[in-house]
Amino acid sequence: MKSIIYLIIGIFFGIIMYKSEAASWFRIYEMFEFGSFHMYGIIGSALAIGVVGVALIKKFNIKAIGGQDMSLAPKDKSISRYLFGGILFGLGWALAGACPGPMYVLVGAGFYPILIVIGGALLGTFVYGLLKNKLPH
Amino acid sequence: MDLIMEPWPWYVSGPLIALTMFVLLFVGKQFGMSSNLRTACSIGGAGKVSEFFRFDWKSQRWNLIVVAGAIIGGFLANQYLSSNIVAVNPEIAEKLETYGINSAGEAYLPTELFGAEQLTNPKVLAILLIGGFFVGFGARYAGGCTSGHAISGLSNLQLPSLIAVIGFFIGGLVMIHFLYPIIFN
Repeated sequence: MKSIIYLIIGIFFGIIMYKSEAASWFRIYEMFEFGSFHMYGIIGSALAIGVVGVALIKKFNIKAIGGQDMSLAPKDKSISRYLFGGILFGLGWALAGACPGPMYVLVGAGFYPILIVIGGALLGTFVYGLLKNKLPH
Repeated sequence: MDLIMEPWPWYVSGPLIALTMFVLLFVGKQFGMSSNLRTACSIGGAGKVSEFFRFDWKSQRWNLIVVAGAIIGGFLANQYLSSNIVAVNPEIAEKLETYGINSAGEAYLPTELFGAEQLTNPKVLAILLIGGFFVGFGARYAGGCTSGHAISGLSNLQLPSLIAVIGFFIGGLVMIHFLYPIIFN
């Protein structure tokens, strides 16, 4: 039963990514060229609602289904891993024009060369796992 | 009908993305797409060579189902809900032409990079593979991607996520403004 809920959430998310054009390489390029407000509006409005919603969840101590705490644990403190990792991610995001969510969506949309991007992302994840202990975190 | 076939404006899309995050929070999960890449490596046996991949991947099964849904969603949107053309800012389209990308305003993704006939072009393959590599490596190094940091993390006012998002933009701006003229010359 729960699997169906996750599947529906995924379908919903996939349609949003595609219809918002956040899955379009052109929109990512345009964003980094500051050529349109579109992507900033998407992220900004999601964030505005997200910030208010999360603050309300915390204020009223709203629990998840089943009474468990919501997954809102603070992230580990560091600068280097977020900055270096973030820069590397940004280089890839702008080159491939897709971040992980849209990658999956584009497979369904039938743009099969995106499978090369996903292959690269899997390889990058794997190499990170190999080098993890040697990198500044 | 036009309302469905037209691209959704930012003020519809953004709130729906926030809704996705809240629905996941309400079922006890956290919105994050790149962790599936780690899960996939673990399923593939990467735990044999790195402790990083030795974790209970079955606890992440739910997120793989979300991915399966996202693939179905992409199919449905592409087939039934979209004209599959992105109206790019004409000035940006003009600039892309100087890079040899002439499909702006005519396609959803540039055919010069994502057309099936490009799969035999070594340069295009290298661009897609290296781009993907940096996304995968960087997302795990930074502990999250656009969904985990820019949406979930910033909504929770996490300073680490702000640092990561600043990093995303430094990397993206360097790529577009300094490296594109070299790569696409």
